[in-house]
Amino acid sequence: MNLKNKLLSSYLAFEDHLEEDSPIHDLKSKAIKIFETEGFPTRKQEEWKYTSLNSLLKADYSLAPRQENSLEVKDVRKFFLHDIDTYKIVFVDGVYSSFLSETTHDKIDVCLLSAALSKPKYRPVIETYFNKVAKEDSLTSLNTAFAREGAYIYIPKHREVEKPIEVINFSTGNEAALMLQPRNLIIVGENAHVQIIERHQSLSKNAVLTNSVTEIFAEKRAFVDYYKIQNDEVTASLIDNTYIAQEDQSNCRVHTFSFGGNMTRNNLNFYQNGERCDSTLKGITILEGKQHVDHNTLVHHIEPNCESHQDYKGIFGDASTGVFNGKVIVEKEAQKTDAFQQNNNILIDDKATINAKPQLEIFADDVKCSHGCTIGQLNEEAMFYLRTRGIPEKEAQALLMYAFANNVLESVKIPELKKRINKLIATKIGVSMGFDL
Amino acid sequence: MGKFTEDDLKKELETKEYEYGFYTDIDSDTFPAGLNEDIVRAISVKKEEPEWMTEWRLEAFRHWQEMEEPDWANVTYKKPDFQAISYYSAPAKKPKYNSLDEVDPELLDTFNRLGISLEEQKRLAGVAVDIVMDSVSVATTFKETLAEKGIIFCSISEAIREHPELVKKYIGTVVPKRDNFYAALNSAVFSDGSFCYIPKGVRCPMELSTYFRINQAGTGQFERTLVIADEGSYVSYLEGCTAPSRDENQLHAAVVELIALDDAEIKYSTVQNWFPGDKEGKGGVFNFVTKRGLCEKNAKISWTQVETGSAVTWKYPSCVLKGDNSIGEFYSIAVTNNFQQADTGTKMIHLGKNTRSTIISKGISAGRSQNSYRGLVKVSPRAKNARNFSQCDSLLMGNKCGAHTFPYIEAHNKTAQIEHEATTSKIGEDQIFYCNQRGIDTEKAIALIVNGFSKEVLNKLPMEFAVEAQKLLEISLEGSVG
Repeated sequence: MNLKNKLLSSYLAFEDHLEEDSPIHDLKSKAIKIFETEGFPTRKQEEWKYTSLNSLLKADYSLAPRQENSLEVKDVRKFFLHDIDTYKIVFVDGVYSSFLSETTHDKIDVCLLSAALSKPKYRPVIETYFNKVAKEDSLTSLNTAFAREGAYIYIPKHREVEKPIEVINFSTGNEAALMLQPRNLIIVGENAHVQIIERHQSLSKNAVLTNSVTEIFAEKRAFVDYYKIQNDEVTASLIDNTYIAQEDQSNCRVHTFSFGGNMTRNNLNFYQNGERCDSTLKGITILEGKQHVDHNTLVHHIEPNCESHQDYKGIFGDASTGVFNGKVIVEKEAQKTDAFQQNNNILIDDKATINAKPQLEIFADDVKCSHGCTIGQLNEEAMFYLRTRGIPEKEAQALLMYAFANNVLESVKIPELKKRINKLIATKIGVSMGFDL
Repeated sequence: MGKFTEDDLKKELETKEYEYGFYTDIDSDTFPAGLNEDIVRAISVKKEEPEWMTEWRLEAFRHWQEMEEPDWANVTYKKPDFQAISYYSAPAKKPKYNSLDEVDPELLDTFNRLGISLEEQKRLAGVAVDIVMDSVSVATTFKETLAEKGIIFCSISEAIREHPELVKKYIGTVVPKRDNFYAALNSAVFSDGSFCYIPKGVRCPMELSTYFRINQAGTGQFERTLVIADEGSYVSYLEGCTAPSRDENQLHAAVVELIALDDAEIKYSTVQNWFPGDKEGKGGVFNFVTKRGLCEKNAKISWTQVETGSAVTWKYPSCVLKGDNSIGEFYSIAVTNNFQQADTGTKMIHLGKNTRSTIISKGISAGRSQNSYRGLVKVSPRAKNARNFSQCDSLLMGNKCGAHTFPYIEAHNKTAQIEHEATTSKIGEDQIFYCNQRGIDTEKAIALIVNGFSKEVLNKLPMEFAVEAQKLLEISLEGSVG
């Protein structure tokens, strides 16, 4: 039985757990129908031209783990930002782990989506926001149909969250192959500030396929700082669908650090529904082996006087492949838009491949839109300079790569996280030096 | 003089009529509408073609029947009904012309109105012209002068009859019969076109030029151009197009194949001014063209195009950089106005070592038009030290039009160096203010800025053509040029 049919038939069983007439149920029935007609995307679709899911869909995934799995803190401590205090929402094989988590209902809500979906007190919020910005494409719909667990974060007006929130999905490998579909809903009220770190981590060599959907709503003047750390095992694959709706003068920044994983696809969508919004999309991708990372970004400028900044850096070694497919749409009402898109890539080895497609679709005349895309190598003269100063080749190379990616790192606002990423980069490049220069 | 603002320019652009919209009343020999194997055979018979050519056409036709019309381009239009088009139309008087004096005076008048007086060009510009009207080549000038150097420049039907070995060897090698829907259609029904062969080591002493015109109603134009530059030769080739104003959409599906052998250089320039449709977007030519060049070792192909016409343009002049050290260039200005839609760009396929390519594309959109750049830069694993630079700039006038950029970049070799940049903007108020300050009125300022915007490409056109191109650009500039 192929994965699509398996999903469709298991939805019937899953449906029995749902409340009969709830609006959520209607939403899910509609979503599964979309998935049924569209199926998994294929390379014939323009958006998936350079990324094939075929090999991933062959595994016999278990859709729900048979048993509860618990983890020891000491085993997974290294995956947390343990140097500082944070809120934590932790899932193990898709099931909430209260033992590892640290949630709150004190003034802000940092809790579970399952609770928010079932408790009547959250109903108005769910009805206003849930599935309101997510696109109705096949993968997002698949997630909508099955979603029952994930993070629910609600920051009311004028509230500044004092510490970062970590959302971590572990998979233990108790199943030979596991498919996870986490669903996060994040609402940041007027003037509120929040920092969120998201991570998917597999703890074994067993196959994992995660199809995650995150919806973020930034109300007026809200400030959202979101970090995605993708440093998973090479047997784990991730399809991340993130949708961000921004109101007047809100500022949203998403940083994506892709170092690990087998296949990673990031669908990052920004919708600027208000004036004077600011969106930042940045990413560092460092790959080796046969890894594949596909960044598919969309910034939709709908209202005037908004800005967007994109900056993606990629370093590709061995036979890895990178894809950057960035799209900026400027509607005709969105005058005075300032949109910038930058994508720089370095190919280290002969078999590495990069496919880039930075697109602009512009319908307004009074705008400043530009994009730049480069593919090249490390500068030989810079290499030579460093070598003449007695720096070994590997370290010199690492320094240059680090400098290349530094633009993106600079804007990471959590110092401990920055340090952590520096370390990840050093490990990835295979040097033991620190970059705290 | 009153203040000329960008709004005025916009209005003027919208109301500007097509200058070449006249229709010439010449008896013509037109096939009934529709397409089947018999029509394909009939065209072949009409052209007195050998058996192998007829077979080649039929094979293409059979492929075409199995193909579907592409719809990935960023354009919307009513698909043409391929059975409602006549696939062959020729001015009726068929005798061969030895000199221009024998040509139908009315036809000559047409060309005079187009501003390409053969006589004048013959004397002054020294351009050899091959004119294709409703798919049939009507006049080729300077043939004898060229023949002295061993250069063959004639219509493709003549080439099929007289130089079959060359045609047979090269036709369909760069754009295969089944390459795409329109190329297959063209391969089946092409009625004429130009053929050019430059022998080894010869530098063609003059610009070669083809002028295309669709005259008859209800016809499609399907011409085929084949240019072969043998080792170490050089040729500069020009192509121009116009059509009468009609309410219906006319189809133009051409194929151009360039072959640059070792150390050869081909410079191919196009000024395309097919009827773009009227202010309401009615009528106009559908321009679906496949142009591709193949570069062998150290060869160079340079495409320059000025696109101002056509209701719908779908055109990607490409270079296959097969030989080591070969060079591909693409310079383009595309102006769209009213309801025009253009999806144009280039493909640079780097296969050989040390291959280089440059892409400069300028798009100007006004009215309710949509202007897209779509390009591909591909570096194959073998192509060591490939180098590409691309620049795509768009200028928007008003907020009813759109400018789009879809560059595809695929690098499979670590030594590749690829740069791509694109900008979109309007004519800056500060730029106009700066000019005003220095006593340049707004009208002149706009002309200056638009001219400067397109200059990089205009500069690449051969002298003889630059004049005409600039004249065409005036369509967008008229009223603003003092």
